[in-house]
Amino acid sequence: MAHVTFTPHLQRFFPTLAACDIDGPTVRAVIDELERRYPGFASYVVDEAGRLRRHVNIFVGDEPIYDRETLGDALGPSTPVFIVQALSGG
Amino acid sequence: MPDEIVLGTKKGTLIFDRTPSGWTPRPIAHGGMSISYAARDPRDGTLWVAMDLAHWGPKLSRSKDDGATWENLTQIAYPRGARFIEQHLPTPGQDASQRPTTYKEATLLKVWVLAFGGASQPGVIHAGTLPGGLFTSRDGGDTWELNLPLWNHASRGGDLFAGDATSRNDWGGTPAAMAYGEFVPGIHSVVVDPRNPDHLLVGVSSAGVLGTSDGGKTWHGRNKGMLNDYLPNPEADWGHDPHFVAQSAGAPDFVWQQNHCGVFTSSDGAKTWKRVSKQDVAVHFGFPIAVDAKDGRVAWVVPAIGDDRRMAVGGGLFVARTTDGGESWQALRKGLPQQNAYDVVYRHALDAEGDRVCFGSTTGNVYVSEDRGESWRCIGNNLPPVHSVRFA
Repeated sequence: MAHVTFTPHLQRFFPTLAACDIDGPTVRAVIDELERRYPGFASYVVDEAGRLRRHVNIFVGDEPIYDRETLGDALGPSTPVFIVQALSGG
Repeated sequence: MPDEIVLGTKKGTLIFDRTPSGWTPRPIAHGGMSISYAARDPRDGTLWVAMDLAHWGPKLSRSKDDGATWENLTQIAYPRGARFIEQHLPTPGQDASQRPTTYKEATLLKVWVLAFGGASQPGVIHAGTLPGGLFTSRDGGDTWELNLPLWNHASRGGDLFAGDATSRNDWGGTPAAMAYGEFVPGIHSVVVDPRNPDHLLVGVSSAGVLGTSDGGKTWHGRNKGMLNDYLPNPEADWGHDPHFVAQSAGAPDFVWQQNHCGVFTSSDGAKTWKRVSKQDVAVHFGFPIAVDAKDGRVAWVVPAIGDDRRMAVGGGLFVARTTDGGESWQALRKGLPQQNAYDVVYRHALDAEGDRVCFGSTTGNVYVSEDRGESWRCIGNNLPPVHSVRFA
């Protein structure tokens, strides 16, 4: 069960988006479930090939995910997942 | 006469209304979001905006209530297997001919332009994108489909869904894509012939112009007469870099384009082109071009120093107009700053409708003429950089 939190910036596009618990073995599974709950959500975080967008980060615990291509990073029980825009400089 | 101007800016969508006291801006929409293109569909009044969100990717937004509320749409997406031949910027000491052909899966980087189908095609909307795909919606923007005959065109290596390239790729990249970390082509112009909406032209940076006369089933290069001063053979079929392609709505055989190598015009629907710019009056390099809706010989450009500087000519801003198909040009300066001006006007940021002409600049100035360019008035000079200007 991942505990998922978000940058508040995403609420501009999904006003009802709120921290939630999601059952899923990987980050990909979490994004798929968020897409089911908030249609269109995934396209803000990943491109159409499923890759994490260049200027988006997902943290599992305190660490940014390793697999930006397929989001295959595994999630343990009660893992915090934080979805946020990257500070890419500027 | 249009009473509304729709601006796509780096910080949102701005609409100016013509009121008794002049052009009046509404509160900004999409505040803080970069808008690459904004326009109103003349068929049903829907406002369309292509958002270029730095973090969250390109998105479309539309309003069916004149901007009171906006709806973000399902994303345009490249289908799985849509590949392109990777290009690399020239590298000193590397022989490009020895580099193996490599492919990349396409993902949407930017919606660069939107164009509305003909009056007989309700719901048909076209979108030109980076990395060089033309998408068409037939249901008012709810779903979008990549035009495969253009994507798989022989000038791009053929059908890369089916396998490796069967022909050479002649489409180059555009620096406009570099902000997205890619060197890929882009479609910035989609021209729908009002006589027959199955007749389309697209402008590609950097390849040239392509046309279809069967609704997009087959495409052919339309670059005869084009001259590219940056190629060993200036009359090459490909490698041209139109900055914008525009057609006269009332005289559609007249098509114009502005690019690095001059202003070019066609009087036969882009079958052949003729260079009509005049370097001695500084009409040569620039980005946008607008054509009169009735008289196809009348066009406006906003010249810049090209190509290495991309600045206002002589520090003064002017619009150049021809009324004789490019035989002669008049510099129109009344009301425009003539010193210390550094404005450059992007490819979609000039429009003409009736007697009104409007342009917006990279330095956030917007000027309107109500007398076909003879005189100008600034309607905003602390605006964000302006990406697109369209009368509505």
